[in-house]
Amino acid sequence: MIAIIDYGMGNLRSIAKAIEYVGGHVLVTDKVNDIKKADKIILPGIGAFRDGIAELKKNGLDLELKESIIEKGKPFLGICLGMQMLAKRSYEFGEFDGLGFIDAEVVHFNYDVLNGLKVPHVGWNDVIFNGSHILFRGIPDSCDFYFVHSYHLVPSNKMLVAATCNYGVDFVAAIHKDNIFATQFHPEKSQKYGLKFLENFINWQC
Amino acid sequence: MIKNRIIPLLLLKDGRMVKTIKFDKQGFRDVGNPSTAARVYDAQRADELIFLDISASQEDRKIFFDLVRQVAEECFMPLGVGGGIRSINDIREVLKIGADKVIINTAAVENPKFIMEAVQKFGSSTIVISIDAKKNENEQYEVMTHGGTKKTGLDVIELSKEVEKIGAGEIMITSIEREGTMRGLDLVLVEKIVESVKVPVIACGGVDSLEDFKRGFLRTAVSAISAGSIFHFTDQSPIMTRNYLFNQGISVRP
Repeated sequence: MIAIIDYGMGNLRSIAKAIEYVGGHVLVTDKVNDIKKADKIILPGIGAFRDGIAELKKNGLDLELKESIIEKGKPFLGICLGMQMLAKRSYEFGEFDGLGFIDAEVVHFNYDVLNGLKVPHVGWNDVIFNGSHILFRGIPDSCDFYFVHSYHLVPSNKMLVAATCNYGVDFVAAIHKDNIFATQFHPEKSQKYGLKFLENFINWQC
Repeated sequence: MIKNRIIPLLLLKDGRMVKTIKFDKQGFRDVGNPSTAARVYDAQRADELIFLDISASQEDRKIFFDLVRQVAEECFMPLGVGGGIRSINDIREVLKIGADKVIINTAAVENPKFIMEAVQKFGSSTIVISIDAKKNENEQYEVMTHGGTKKTGLDVIELSKEVEKIGAGEIMITSIEREGTMRGLDLVLVEKIVESVKVPVIACGGVDSLEDFKRGFLRTAVSAISAGSIFHFTDQSPIMTRNYLFNQGISVRP
């Protein structure tokens, strides 16, 4: 069973429906015990960083995520804010601590290098794979995925970068560290190749 | 490279999908079942879908959650949902049943504090502000609310800048005079908004041809064009539109 973490603000049905479509068994939950029983975990992402972290902490979900992901090594997928919350720190509406599973910061797009591009970065943009990864199997390099975000993740270890995207500047589209995979784009909203990516996650043995 | 987006627009009235002309609710045409349409647009690989319950604010009621749910079940593309959204709980509810973004119109004018709260809670990129514009007797574009029935005295540029300042992630601008007429987008209006804000702008109202999409993307820095009639009443589909634009050298998804 794949637990989709409900912290009161994600596009929960979107992600659950996509996983079901590609054959996964999901449970949308805010219960620590459900996460304990799950084989895999998805932290979806729509929302603001500070409130996201606060909601996770309120229900003790942050501690259970640490237990399940870091200690037990369960396969984990973070999406958008679900990726950003893995970082140590974010600068969205202030400065806030994240879960700290990845040594990274979350920063706003820098208008100085955008050449008039609009923020948020909304829409379909090509994702460039950094080497091959099992979750990208069957997906052509440089195909379009759907993004919607104003902030992006900057990891201190560039080796963790699994894919990049360009929006005035090259930024991290996906990271991979052991059993943790996370994307800035929304696979659940990226039609054919997004669904293929989620199917690969269901089959992922790490 | 970021792609220009083509967004089919579904309008809902009394639980049926309709197409209005200049926001006239009397003269609307019934164009079928919304979830069937959503399924078709998903199969045609639309870039995104926008679903608006146009009479919710006027009738002072909430959006039809069941219909949103049915439409959302058909979408593996981003879904923006609007109509009668006035509280944090309304937003949470539509996101929970399958929307990815919410579109707020009347409440953005009546209650800017609500928009600020929504942005703090759900992030800028979830909140799309829709502005309906109509030229007034002084030839200025004035903001209208409640499905185009109420004058506000506000200038569209001022409101656009204001909602950007309080954190709206996108602005959707609709020309009431062009809506449903298939007389072409009001590019003067679109350009004014695009030039005034740093957030992406979705242009809506009046798209009459594939050339109109092309003109919109070439002449303005608009990020997306949304259209209803051209997809409902002609044989053009989102996929054909993108093919045409792609061959014209415009950046769209292949």
